[in-house]
Amino acid sequence: MAILRVKDVSKRFGGLKALSDVNLSVEENSVHAIIGPNGAGKSTLLNCLVGKLMPDTGSVLFDNNSVLGLEPFQINQMGISRVFQTPEIFGELTVMENMLIPIFAMRDGAFRMHAYETIASEKGIVEQAEVMLEEMNMVDKREMHAASLSRGDKRRLEIGMCLSQNPRLLLLDEPTAGMARADTNNTIDLLKQIKEERDITIAIIEHDMHVVFSLAERITVLAQGTPLVEDTPENIRGHPKVREAYLGEAA
Amino acid sequence: MDAILLQILNGLDKGSAYALIALGLTLIFGTLGVVNFAHGALFMIGAFCAVSVQKLLNLSFVTLDETQKDFLGNPLKVETPYVQSWFGPEVGATIIDWSVPLAILFAIPIMLMVGYVMERGLIKHFYKRPHADQILVTFGLAIVMQEVVKYFFGANPIQTPPPEALSGSVDLGIMIGFDTNAIIYPIWRLVYFAFAVGIIGAVFSFLQFTTFGMVVRAGMADRETVGLLGINIDRRFTIMFGIAAAVAGLAGVMYGPLNPPNYHMGMDFLVLSFVVVVVGGMGSLPGAVLAGFLLGILESFASTTWATTTIPGINQIIIYLVAIIVLLTRPRGLMGRKGVMEE
Amino acid sequence: MLGLNKKDTSLLIVVALLTMLAPFILNPFPEGSAMAQFNAGYPDLMQRFVIFGIFAIGFNILFGLTGYLSFGHAAFLGVGSYSAVWMFKLLSYNVVPAIALSVVVAGLFSLLIGFVSLRRSGIYFSILTLAFAQMSFALAYSVLSNPKFNLTNGETGLQVYADDPQILQGANAPDLPHLFGLPMRSTYTMDLGAWSFDFNAGYYLCAVVLMVVFYLAIRIFRSPFGMMLRAVKSNQQRMNYTGLNSKPYMLAAFVISGMYAGLAGGLMAAMDPLAGAERMQWTASGEVVLMTILGGTGTLIGPVLGAGFIKYFENIFSKINDNVLHSWFSFLPDGLEDAVVFVIHPFIGKGWHLTLGILFMLVVIYLPGGLVEGGQRLRGWFRRKKKGADDAPSGKTEPAE
Repeated sequence: MAILRVKDVSKRFGGLKALSDVNLSVEENSVHAIIGPNGAGKSTLLNCLVGKLMPDTGSVLFDNNSVLGLEPFQINQMGISRVFQTPEIFGELTVMENMLIPIFAMRDGAFRMHAYETIASEKGIVEQAEVMLEEMNMVDKREMHAASLSRGDKRRLEIGMCLSQNPRLLLLDEPTAGMARADTNNTIDLLKQIKEERDITIAIIEHDMHVVFSLAERITVLAQGTPLVEDTPENIRGHPKVREAYLGEAA
Repeated sequence: MDAILLQILNGLDKGSAYALIALGLTLIFGTLGVVNFAHGALFMIGAFCAVSVQKLLNLSFVTLDETQKDFLGNPLKVETPYVQSWFGPEVGATIIDWSVPLAILFAIPIMLMVGYVMERGLIKHFYKRPHADQILVTFGLAIVMQEVVKYFFGANPIQTPPPEALSGSVDLGIMIGFDTNAIIYPIWRLVYFAFAVGIIGAVFSFLQFTTFGMVVRAGMADRETVGLLGINIDRRFTIMFGIAAAVAGLAGVMYGPLNPPNYHMGMDFLVLSFVVVVVGGMGSLPGAVLAGFLLGILESFASTTWATTTIPGINQIIIYLVAIIVLLTRPRGLMGRKGVMEE
Repeated sequence: MLGLNKKDTSLLIVVALLTMLAPFILNPFPEGSAMAQFNAGYPDLMQRFVIFGIFAIGFNILFGLTGYLSFGHAAFLGVGSYSAVWMFKLLSYNVVPAIALSVVVAGLFSLLIGFVSLRRSGIYFSILTLAFAQMSFALAYSVLSNPKFNLTNGETGLQVYADDPQILQGANAPDLPHLFGLPMRSTYTMDLGAWSFDFNAGYYLCAVVLMVVFYLAIRIFRSPFGMMLRAVKSNQQRMNYTGLNSKPYMLAAFVISGMYAGLAGGLMAAMDPLAGAERMQWTASGEVVLMTILGGTGTLIGPVLGAGFIKYFENIFSKINDNVLHSWFSFLPDGLEDAVVFVIHPFIGKGWHLTLGILFMLVVIYLPGGLVEGGQRLRGWFRRKKKGADDAPSGKTEPAE
């Protein structure tokens, strides 16, 4: 069953047509990659999915509910978590606090005035955060300010924050952009491990072919704002149209 | 009809001052990305340039005139300003009479220097600091400037009269076909308006037609890219800060005859000028000018007897009310661009 | 204790001791001695310490936690004062309903202003709050003091007149603000040798209120809500993508800090039943900003320290005049003495604002963390000196206070 359905989505910026008639479905429990050359409309598409941009036409359905016109926090509450290209974390807060916030958000919703309780008294939530830190291998860093983490650890923390909410769909926006090879491989391993351990759908936007072919079960190639082909990695690799639009650019 | 026209005209002088201050604020905003809470103080310093020039020109030496006696029978003390003794009584008197316009010549280098020192000495270090810090440090600077002026010139307003020839009123009504005495308008207000329009025109043509201006405008649109082109933006921005300071200063110099300068006039104008910038649209130069004049005129309409009897004190709050309504309906202001000062 | 951890409990105890023993602590110099002018233990000044402390604690909940810089908080203080005086006029001189109403009215007023101002962030927010405060000032000063509808009594200031209803004012109740019969002005003076200490009822009311609201501030700082506010400051984007709506969090923080300001205004009126528009002017808003950053933005104790520091030096600096200076520097040769006095003269007496402005700049430039950070740096410096170079500072960063 498709968990995310994008139907006939178009988006113009002035004279520029960023997306035209994009149709796409992401199957539940799959890893779906969206690739394409620079300017293909990948980021625009992603922003349409998370409430940052409003497409001009078309619809976006998550679990058969429309997400169009909703605020990012509402879309998150529906079960979509997003990992950004450069890790977006709470730099001035400790690693532990970073982990607590999404768990509070999951339990209490978009707003709750819990101004008199202490954090320590929320034993269940603290426990969940500790489990998550353990899973992310960051227990020893729990009292550090998140801003002082290494780039790889920041990425790990951000993914952990998203996972702590048990999202049904995890959106990753070029998760390895600007990373050294070793960090990239670590991230790939982490994502593989996540996929093995939980029932989760992952949609990933990526430039790096290595990442895409190591992870994805299905790939959609976007070029000039339209999906060119959608297929398995094996078939995409040899597809003439893709070579022309995407790999040809790299050669 | 003539009453409406009169109110529009009455709004022009304040509108001019708002427009000039808001223009400088926007220039600094757009180029340096700094919120300058000391901009009102620059306006005030300009006004006190005029006060200083007037005081300097009036510096006198005392002679005893044996031919005349005061009521105690002592020789009369006569004060002769130095300028009169140097240039002859008549030319000297004229120079003193024209002290406010003359102060422009004095104020331009002073204001450029103040702007330069302020930018290099203080503002420069705050480019990368949060907006809150910029606001706070310039706020502190504004207090310091204001207190220094108060220390030297006292707390009371100081009269700075316009030149004799420009001090009366004219009957504008007759010129455009209304009845006599329908629109009596002080000449200095016209002068101030024309002066403001001149300065605004000069700033705009400078930005429009010089390469320097072109780079500055490009920098306002996208600082990083222009920096990548290998153009030394910082130096140009320093000069821009000086120009913005000079614009505020000149607005202050010429404002003296309309309202005697006092040390806190800068703060009074600053708050309103910020509101003007917000209404006009952060980062939009035409917006700042347009909103300045619009709000000045609106304030003048709200000051009519009819308005103040209907809603007492409406003239005091009209600008804030308009600002709030504009911000709620058009958050970017009248002519604001997307992405300017939006975190 | 009281649901606080050890560190916070000791902080609370320190604050409690300081406020309770303030009449002693602030009067270290014997009456009549040359140093007596540095004493600060008289009721009026002590009340101001505590009231501005409350104001700054509240402001810090907004600015310190969320990073939103409001330039209009004096408006809430003013509204609080006006509400309290109206209670005196209509009900009675009992301070309890007056203070309660000032908190409620300031809360409602800040809800309204916050709702509009928080539609924009960053610099827009600061300007909006500033504009609102100036508008409130103009309203109080002129618009709402016309004969038809006199809510503020304009320039004269709102005060209680003999023909006011005061429907609940008992026949025997004191004819000035009191707490169930205990007049705020009543002072017990204890003479101990050359020293004299004032124990003022009004001060102790303020001090108790301060301790309660300080305790509440600690609770807010340590709560999940407080953590969310810090998250707003740190990264609003991540917050929104984590399923949290930052708007109501901000608004709640704004209203809480507005209520603190209203409480301070109410107490001010309770100490002296008079409310004037100048309390709402933006320089007054600037002052609370200064107190907060001078003490240490985002720290618990900072705003209280900042408020005390500024009010103390305002008082001392305003009292010093050239004669005092001459007596201090009389040991210098005549010419030098005059020169020194001449240099210092602009900064004292009426020049206090100049000193304040310079202080403001210096703190923002060199000590953005305020006195608390300064203290920490000093402590760290001493420690390093003691331990010597053998153990380098540990890389572990401590969580922010």
